[in-house]
Amino acid sequence: MTDALIKIENLYQLFGPTPKKYMGLVHEGKSKDEILAETGHTLGLKDINLSINKGEIFVIMGLSGSGKSTLIRHFNRLIDPTEGVIKVEGTDVMKLPPKELEQFRRHKMSMVFQRFGLLPHKSVLDNVAYGLQIQGVKKAEALDSAKKWLETVGLAGYEEQYPSQLSGGQQQRVGLARALCTDAEILLMDEAFSALDPLIRSEMQDQLIELQKTLHKTIIFITHDLDEALRLGDRIAILKDGEIVQQGEPEEILLNPATEYVEAFVRDVNRARALTVETVMKDPAYRITAETIKEALEQMRGFKQDYGYVINNDGYQGIVKEDTLQEAYDDDSKADLTNELIEQVDALEQDAVLESVIPTTLEAEFALPVVDTDGNMTGRLSRGTLSDVLGVRH
Amino acid sequence: MADSNWLTEFPQLDRGELRDIRKALDSGYREFSREYGELIESFFDPLLTFLVWFEKLLLATPWSIVIIAVAGLAYWASRSWKLGLGVVISFLLIGYFGMWDNTMRTMSIILVCTFLAIALGVPIGIAMARSDRTQAIVTPALDIMQTMPAFVYLIPVVMLLGIGKIPGVIAVIIYAIPPVIRLTNLGIRLVDKDVLEAATAYGANPLQRLLGIQLPLAMPTIMAGINQTIMMALSMVVIASMIGVKGLGQPVLKSITNQYFTLGLFNGLAIVALAITFDRVSQAYAKRAQRHMGGLNND
Repeated sequence: MTDALIKIENLYQLFGPTPKKYMGLVHEGKSKDEILAETGHTLGLKDINLSINKGEIFVIMGLSGSGKSTLIRHFNRLIDPTEGVIKVEGTDVMKLPPKELEQFRRHKMSMVFQRFGLLPHKSVLDNVAYGLQIQGVKKAEALDSAKKWLETVGLAGYEEQYPSQLSGGQQQRVGLARALCTDAEILLMDEAFSALDPLIRSEMQDQLIELQKTLHKTIIFITHDLDEALRLGDRIAILKDGEIVQQGEPEEILLNPATEYVEAFVRDVNRARALTVETVMKDPAYRITAETIKEALEQMRGFKQDYGYVINNDGYQGIVKEDTLQEAYDDDSKADLTNELIEQVDALEQDAVLESVIPTTLEAEFALPVVDTDGNMTGRLSRGTLSDVLGVRH
Repeated sequence: MADSNWLTEFPQLDRGELRDIRKALDSGYREFSREYGELIESFFDPLLTFLVWFEKLLLATPWSIVIIAVAGLAYWASRSWKLGLGVVISFLLIGYFGMWDNTMRTMSIILVCTFLAIALGVPIGIAMARSDRTQAIVTPALDIMQTMPAFVYLIPVVMLLGIGKIPGVIAVIIYAIPPVIRLTNLGIRLVDKDVLEAATAYGANPLQRLLGIQLPLAMPTIMAGINQTIMMALSMVVIASMIGVKGLGQPVLKSITNQYFTLGLFNGLAIVALAITFDRVSQAYAKRAQRHMGGLNND
């Protein structure tokens, strides 16, 4: 396990006039509704435990009212928790006095907002430079850096415009440039793309993925859109009524939903686009490593199927059928396993998205072998597996 | 029973007791003003000096320069030559009908009052916006200041400071300051929470938030308050003239007591001309300064 950059332990948020007084009820395990009825306090977050690694995109997903926007505001303490520990690089953020908290916000984290949060009275360039200006960086230096980032997000030439003159997508690019401009290691993105129309949204997602390849920020991304979560997230946590119901890698959540709630969520996802071959393929069994036909036939007798994948030192070579082998054996029982006997069937690449391999997989009479970039066989994918994964579940 | 008629007659204090209360308060205040009147007067001395100096400055400046300055200011604030021309014409008419000196006196006191009202009112408004408790205390005080008849608070002010410019300024400010306080408070409270949150997230401290976000974004509302304050200050000119403030109010007062209709009308129109000038100039300036904020797509 890589070292965790951010750790959240036993975080609770109880909204109301005297939350501390009623935390006992929360620990007794009373439900959100019971607590609301009894005390008039709303349980916003319950026993949140997260550990976020350096350089990953961690997506927190949930529907409205699940507490996701509340949760992200705890990372930089825009909201203080009722109980719990928030550690960033080992520093307990909860214990920072106001001045140090300001410094922490200036240098460690930057944030992108759902409704952009741009300063309407400042030009686009001043908006991007805002974080640096707050830090007290010299004006010329701040503007230089702002100009660079504005260019990076594709808004060169818009420096002197005001936010109200830009479209939603452009405004959010300004928001993104502003967040990147402070060079903070951690990027908090609160439903950053939710207010944008679908086409612009996917464009922005692409841009974020592209940027992340060179920047390697630690990004905490909030969304209500599972497709977006699967697309961006290295890991995903699903939040429901203030509790985390499942966290893990995207494939894990897609293929093994922990609760009915997650399952209901996952049902509508376009799996063909969300999953790669690697995540659904079966073990690389039925391998034939023999050099002679005799040995190959012996290996194949142990199989439950009448063909195998020929593997030698150079990796996967092709597929050989039992009856072809038998014929050849009947001809010459001592012959080597030569290329003439092997059918050239193209292997699938393990990183390919399922959607792209549907036609070949369905047309093939065999379960297709899957190889990694070096040509080594790492698994196999059959029509059955594919239809199992893509078919409707009940 | 002796007081069985309390149902029909209000059980009020009897005359003797009332008189005692009045006497006690009156003599108490009189003693206070005798004791501290001089001290408080001397506290206002710098302001008086400034008022006198400013009035003399306006009176001593040749009329042509004043008109050029005012019209230039109007044009600079509004970028509208119509407004500049209107200002020139109305000031020429004022001078032609012999009201120049009084207009300059009124203008000087109104400008000083407005300046003081802003200097006091904006910080009070900021304090109100920052704390609900301050708001709860200040709001009723503002209600009193706006509804209490001016004559009522003129009495103690005159008792304390005599008649003259300073009591006039105090009376005008008491009457005219509420809008700028109220609208500063309102403007800051209405600042988009998202923008403020963004500033906080980037580590802005309270002062950076106030100067960089809250005040600029509240500025249209604050300007509306300042505009109202100027208007109300002008409407106090006549009342202020009753306690010795020279200017356009005095001829109006004279025409009320002597039934000089035309004199009253001319001076009244001069006040209106001043009011419209101040109003248009301050509004045009506010609008121009905030033009790019219109129609921000933030919903």
